[in-house]
Amino acid sequence: MSALIRVSNLSKTFAGGFTALDHIDLDIERGEILALLGPNGAGKTTLISIICGIINPTTGTVTVDGYDIIADYRKTRALIGLVPQELATETFENVLATVTFSRGLFGKTPNPEHVEKVLTDLSLWGKRHARIKELSGGMKRRVMIAKALSHEPRILFLDEPTAGVDVELRKDMWQLVRILRESGVTIILTTHYIEEAEAIADRIGIINHGRIILVEHKAELMRKLGKKELVLDLRHSLAAIPTALAAYNIELSADGRQITYTFDSNQDRAAITHFLDNLTAAGVQFKDLKTEQSSLEDIFVSLVNEAE
Amino acid sequence: MNTPGVKAIYRFEMARTRRTLLQSIISPVISTSLYFVVFGSAIGSRITQIDGVSYGSFIVPGLIMLSLLTQSISNASFGIFFPKFTGTIYELLSAPVSYFEIILGYVGAAATKSIFLASIILATASLFVPLHIAHPVWMVVFLAMTAVTFSLFGFIIGIWAENFEKLQLIPLLIVTPLVFLGGSFYSINMLPPFWQTVTLFNPVLYLISGFRWSFYEIADVSVSTSLIMISVFLGLCIAIICWIFKTGYQLKD
Repeated sequence: MSALIRVSNLSKTFAGGFTALDHIDLDIERGEILALLGPNGAGKTTLISIICGIINPTTGTVTVDGYDIIADYRKTRALIGLVPQELATETFENVLATVTFSRGLFGKTPNPEHVEKVLTDLSLWGKRHARIKELSGGMKRRVMIAKALSHEPRILFLDEPTAGVDVELRKDMWQLVRILRESGVTIILTTHYIEEAEAIADRIGIINHGRIILVEHKAELMRKLGKKELVLDLRHSLAAIPTALAAYNIELSADGRQITYTFDSNQDRAAITHFLDNLTAAGVQFKDLKTEQSSLEDIFVSLVNEAE
Repeated sequence: MNTPGVKAIYRFEMARTRRTLLQSIISPVISTSLYFVVFGSAIGSRITQIDGVSYGSFIVPGLIMLSLLTQSISNASFGIFFPKFTGTIYELLSAPVSYFEIILGYVGAAATKSIFLASIILATASLFVPLHIAHPVWMVVFLAMTAVTFSLFGFIIGIWAENFEKLQLIPLLIVTPLVFLGGSFYSINMLPPFWQTVTLFNPVLYLISGFRWSFYEIADVSVSTSLIMISVFLGLCIAIICWIFKTGYQLKD
């Protein structure tokens, strides 16, 4: 299946000389949810801004549904909805008017039924005549999503959509994202909340210093880069790790009562069994054990640190 | 052509006028009435006629131009500056609208508002002084060309300005003095020869002169010269806007 969005050799150097994007290549598949993770200043927003037409690229090309974003900007932009990071709204306008404005701006003829549906889905219909300045931060965020959805986009960019919103709203948004995906909308989101990417994304892209470090299916990423730990609470404290266990990647706690064994279950599926056999042979007894798996956050931190 | 997009921008801008009715319409009308009271009564009692036209009637085209110029600039510059200031410009830049369509929406709305305002001032003036419009078609042509040209100029200022201070800088320090010194309230024939020559370098003189001719068939410079000067300024504004959109100046980086 051909990529819905294809970014090729894309670079952006700003007038001051700062290179925000450095020869980026990225394919985004139709109907997926891609989460772009990266520290502040990594280039996430610049990448989104170029694809949406807000910033001009220095070099490289981007196509959306086969159309070039510069030569065929009308076609590409009509397909895209954008929810930017900053809360930027027409303060003095009311909710209904601003959403209707967005629909018209994107070349769509008026469709009050669709606008009503979008506002209802976002729990904004009751506030449709309220001025935006009267709304809470969370409600303003919903208005921005409503504006982005007003023209029925096939691609939705969410740049830090849940930054500064409460847990309930965050979960509502995740639910909305899932519903949109089910209706065929391709979603690209940037986030600082790694649990957000873990909860809703199909693929994860990690970007740092303007370069894509990795793009991988979430499950595959966890499988490839995830490490497991076996933690044993010992019956008797140890002064040092027994020589017979020296070959294992283990750590002894300071009080000598806990051993942590880190292993890659993909490489050795019987790793725990072998380790426990050798532990018993070495005369070490334990009273309890538990296993832990590294989170996406651990993987992200590790990859970013490696890149630096 | 993204017609719904142009309509959306135009309606949105016109809606802003309705929200700020006092500031947009009533305030300029009150100011114009005050000009009539001050200039018409105070100066008009000393200068009874200029080129055969009563002083009160003589200043009407100048007063209309004063409002037309300042309101065209103000409406258009604020119209594009405010989205930049609030950050909502992202939506405009990411929408499938061409530069021409953006201009059409913003400048169209700004010119409409200022022409509407000019019409109100004309109606207000008719309550104070007798008015005669010798060439109504030419009056509309001058009105429309000036409104569009100065709305384009305002749009440029709105793009250029990075803060509210800059937004007011050119209208207050350059445009308003040029309008006052461009023959709004007097004929340049009343000036000493040296200042007559200096005034010929004021572009606003040509706008007011042409517009006044359409009322009373009296002009400080020939009508064709007025038309050429407006056209030159219009062309210049279009060229600058083309450059802004081509380079993304103050918009895309």
